[in-house]
Amino acid sequence: MSDGAIIGVDVGGTFTDLVMIDPSGAIRIAKTPTTLDNQAFGVLTALRDAEVSLPQAGLIVHGTTTTTNAVLERKLSRTGLITTAGFRDVLELGRRTRPQAYGMKGVFRPVIPRDLRLEVPERMDAAGNVVTPLDETALRDAVQTLKDAGCEALVIHFLHAYANPDHEKRAAQIAAQIWPNDYITMGHALLSETREFERGVTAAVNASVQPLLERYIARLRGELADQGYRGDVLVMNGNGGMVSSRLVAREAAKTVMSGPASGVMAAAYTGRRAGFENLLTYDMGGTSTDVALIRGGHPPVSNEIEVEYAMPINVPMVDVRTVGAGGGSIARVNAAGLLEVGPQSAGADPGPICYGKGGTEPTISDANMLLGRLDPGRLNAVKGGVGLETLERVFADLGTPLGVDARAAAEAVIQMANTKMAGAIRMVSLSLGADPRDFALFAFGGAGPLHAAALARELGVPRVLIPARPGLTNALGCVVADLRHDYVQTIGLPLGPDAIDAVRHSFAQQIETGAAALGQETIDIREIRHDCSVDMQFVGQSHVVRVPLPNGTPDLEELQTRFEKVYWERFRVDLPEIRAKVVTVNCSVIGVCAPVDLSGLIAPEGRCAEAHPTGHRDVVLEGQVVRTPIYWRDHLPETVLLDGPALIEQADTTILIPPGDRVEGIADGNLVIHVGGADDDH
Amino acid sequence: MTIDPITLSVIQAGLQQVCDEMDLSFSRAAFSPVIAEANDRSDGIYAAEDGALIAQGAGGLPVFVGTMQYSTRTLIEMIAAGTVAAPQPDDIYIVNDPYLGGTHLMDVRFARPFYRRGEIFCWLSNTGHWPDTGGSVPGGFSASATSVEQEGLRLPPVRLFKQGKLDTEIYSIICSNIRVADQRIGDVKAQAAALMVGETRLHALLDRYGDETVRAAITELRARASAQMQQLIDEIPDGTYRSTAWVDSDGVVNEPLAIKLAITKTPGHLTFDFDGTAPPCMGPMNSVLATTLSSVYLAMRHIFPEVPISAGAFEPLEVIRTEGTFLDAQYPRPVSGCAAEVSQRIAEAVFAALVEPLPHRVTAAPAGTSGNFALGGFDPETGRDFVMYQLSGGGYGGNADHDGLSNGCSTIGISKAPPVEIMEQNFPVLYHRYALREGSGGAGHHRGGLGLDYEIELRRGDARASFVMDHGRFGPQGALGGEDGAPNMVEVWRGGECHVPEHLSKEQDIPLTAGDRVRVRTPGGGGYGNPATRDAQLSAEDARLGRTR
Repeated sequence: MSDGAIIGVDVGGTFTDLVMIDPSGAIRIAKTPTTLDNQAFGVLTALRDAEVSLPQAGLIVHGTTTTTNAVLERKLSRTGLITTAGFRDVLELGRRTRPQAYGMKGVFRPVIPRDLRLEVPERMDAAGNVVTPLDETALRDAVQTLKDAGCEALVIHFLHAYANPDHEKRAAQIAAQIWPNDYITMGHALLSETREFERGVTAAVNASVQPLLERYIARLRGELADQGYRGDVLVMNGNGGMVSSRLVAREAAKTVMSGPASGVMAAAYTGRRAGFENLLTYDMGGTSTDVALIRGGHPPVSNEIEVEYAMPINVPMVDVRTVGAGGGSIARVNAAGLLEVGPQSAGADPGPICYGKGGTEPTISDANMLLGRLDPGRLNAVKGGVGLETLERVFADLGTPLGVDARAAAEAVIQMANTKMAGAIRMVSLSLGADPRDFALFAFGGAGPLHAAALARELGVPRVLIPARPGLTNALGCVVADLRHDYVQTIGLPLGPDAIDAVRHSFAQQIETGAAALGQETIDIREIRHDCSVDMQFVGQSHVVRVPLPNGTPDLEELQTRFEKVYWERFRVDLPEIRAKVVTVNCSVIGVCAPVDLSGLIAPEGRCAEAHPTGHRDVVLEGQVVRTPIYWRDHLPETVLLDGPALIEQADTTILIPPGDRVEGIADGNLVIHVGGADDDH
Repeated sequence: MTIDPITLSVIQAGLQQVCDEMDLSFSRAAFSPVIAEANDRSDGIYAAEDGALIAQGAGGLPVFVGTMQYSTRTLIEMIAAGTVAAPQPDDIYIVNDPYLGGTHLMDVRFARPFYRRGEIFCWLSNTGHWPDTGGSVPGGFSASATSVEQEGLRLPPVRLFKQGKLDTEIYSIICSNIRVADQRIGDVKAQAAALMVGETRLHALLDRYGDETVRAAITELRARASAQMQQLIDEIPDGTYRSTAWVDSDGVVNEPLAIKLAITKTPGHLTFDFDGTAPPCMGPMNSVLATTLSSVYLAMRHIFPEVPISAGAFEPLEVIRTEGTFLDAQYPRPVSGCAAEVSQRIAEAVFAALVEPLPHRVTAAPAGTSGNFALGGFDPETGRDFVMYQLSGGGYGGNADHDGLSNGCSTIGISKAPPVEIMEQNFPVLYHRYALREGSGGAGHHRGGLGLDYEIELRRGDARASFVMDHGRFGPQGALGGEDGAPNMVEVWRGGECHVPEHLSKEQDIPLTAGDRVRVRTPGGGGYGNPATRDAQLSAEDARLGRTR
């Protein structure tokens, strides 16, 4: 890597964000609307807005929603599938599910339509023995048929290929002679794990987004080169690591959901620098809220993520869960006369009433506006927007059946939203085996910091960490990311000497493969780190728990002890009666990049020696109208200490400090809210 | 004490959260794959005085939506009558008797009294499907049982945990009577730990809002759920709506069993009259009353999913004249088919009656069978006995908006089917086909979804195949002019000859040897509306993709 600036650019659903850190530590940021048709256009605009000199830039790390959008909107490349005779419908049958527990309706569209799914005679059994040899003539015919049908990408997915990939490899070899390009994905290549539906969908998604991602990246590189950029472009993956743009399309499915992962990586990095190793991250956007758990400074990675109903993409991804409410969630009174918030959402279009784009139903954002938590002055800034009286009237209508006035109705909406969000965050935390009270809440996204203190109180969380630029967290994730490759090996052995040998052997192989992959990158790596773990269960169970192994392969006794400890902490159950089993061996090989200094995220020269309110506003807090001071965050002294009530505003978010809570400024421009004013140490 | 609607909403969310956390804890720690993977379990909170359902986890198996309030009520009555020992703090009762408010024997209920200031404030209870509770066949689904004793060990309510300690004497009796007993300790501990989670969380809720406030909120929420259900059923014009649904046979006597239903709507009230329904049967297709009521409730919840599960929501629904029918079986009638099959036929009868007055809410009939195919035998390669279950999905009914979903889960379940690769890893079988069943969806303006077509070969040793399925004689009903979906088909190929079960969808212990095959085609969904009005483009696409024939 040259010694130029590092630039992170993240394309989100609504905005394209940029963070640039130059070698002196100076930081520049930009936020511009995402250009959906050609994301590269928004990226170039952001670079222009931040006045980046591309010939001098050192490295660009890019988070893109190209593949996520293609999958969710099914705007995929025409892709064909060749599979084992008798099994072409696996991708459409799924796992026998329906979208919701109640209501016997549902619609499902397979990634590859039935007429482009062909079968050839071949069969392995579960042990990897050949039952039926591959019919190569039939295979050639099938490849030709799909080529003639206009397919651009091809998937070869055979039953039990995780146990013996010979047929898939041979078939890919033959197909390569006929296929006009490189877009051939073998089922076992991304995910060598059992479960034909999940493996097949993962491969099908990969193939059908490959051409799109490759074209997009080529165009972006071309445009950057035209403007004199000479450095490398790295692309964020859903595992929170980055890979070179020259390699990324091979495993294009790994870039799906990279945006949320990137935000969580930034949270982990920020937390580590601030001495907060255990975080519950919470990113509240317009339509939904993403929640993740960071333990010991690192977020867990899962390979069982379903990105929507019956759409599993089982490559390792940072475990981010999407829960209910966002700022656009709509409040209604139901037939039982009770208040409901969500699941309906006004989305980005028309959005909340206060956006002035035609929304008519009351949302969480509107409640915040009416209560003075958001600046009602912004209403006037919206062209053709609505006035406060409109909000007043809508909430008065909402309050009528509840027997309360407009403000009380708005407060109830906030309270209900917080109750539900806190419940959802608790469920995520518990399902990952953690008590939320042991964590600090890390609030980001545009709407997150407004609700954070109230949520923390609801959850029993003592502290909230609010980063310097909550609205640019995903772009920051690009800047601080490391190179990363994840490996998973199924072994499935009862805990004993054989299992220990298999664990040792697997780790050795995974570490070697990872080192070779990192060797292909052009940027500097400070050190190589290995995150080792095994997934275990008691014999006879179907769920697994992850047992981290910071020192690599343990001995038999140690592994047994570690497993029992993890199990007890999760379930409060001990089972000396039953034998343990090692299911998979996991290793992440991480190329650690040079640390990035975040101290310039809020420019020191803009800070004042003392905190002075820029004004006051009437805010409804706990039923009372309170004259609340408003501060501009960039002007606060770095080590500010304020007691609530207070509102802290900045370009990308607003932070509410409720009465009784205290906010403290710490290094890197972070703020810590001490819930209940408690001044304990972390 | 009156409570404002906002506090009510918050307490309702809080009670729901307690139950959801119990559900989560139970599934994550359970051993039995039916609990851990298939979520064949449910957790809830029940009233101290009569067991009425206060709140139940959203992720519970639908068929349990109404059962636990009956088992809890029975328990409370038996304690009052002195026929069951009175509780002490930290006791947990175990019970699986179907006739005491249950389903089949495999659904084992735990109930724990929840104390506040020395008084029972409410009950916490959960149900989990154990893989085996003894009886003549592994797993408990005997298609030819003629009394409950053949179906397994029947437990009256006894305190399995006494003041927090497992009673090892009772436990050893249980373990001596069930298969794979060594793993049950894991499920028992998981099931008990889930109730403990509920206890802790409920105390926190009460500490925060106050016992009296929560008590008053529970009463008020019940009244409001009732009002909400009344308002929704008032979408139905007053009148009587009739339907008939057929169970193929009881597995012993090869005669169809009719469920006759007349639903009468009066303002704010629905009466479900089962007069004319077939009498109790010899084989295991009897239902106990709790399961029959629960089946009606779950069908209504499929129609109105927005109503939270609580006793209040069920109040406007009155079920009558089940006495003397196979939907109100008494000891010792065999009942193993009630939760998985009969329940779905009851739901079908409800759908078929209400699709006309609620055409935008209700679908044509779904496949409506759990498709239980069990294969038990000896694997010479591993030297061990095995029991394999293949449960399968089928097509859903067409509806006002769309064609039916293909290969959906049973009406009463929410579980995923296991992958073919996992089945082949665990059992000596080879699948030759696992495919959409072409042409199986009932024709209609919106056609039914497609069923599943699979074929399995036994690779080694000898085994016995058993089937407890349904809809073999009649396909799932079409609605509003739509045609029926294709019926279930079972073929057993032995030495190149095809055997079809006499009861079509049910048979016990068909001997197989290596190389023999079983082919099952599950039902397609019923069609919705007149096929002649179907969009020509949709029909052309169906033909092009081979969905229709």
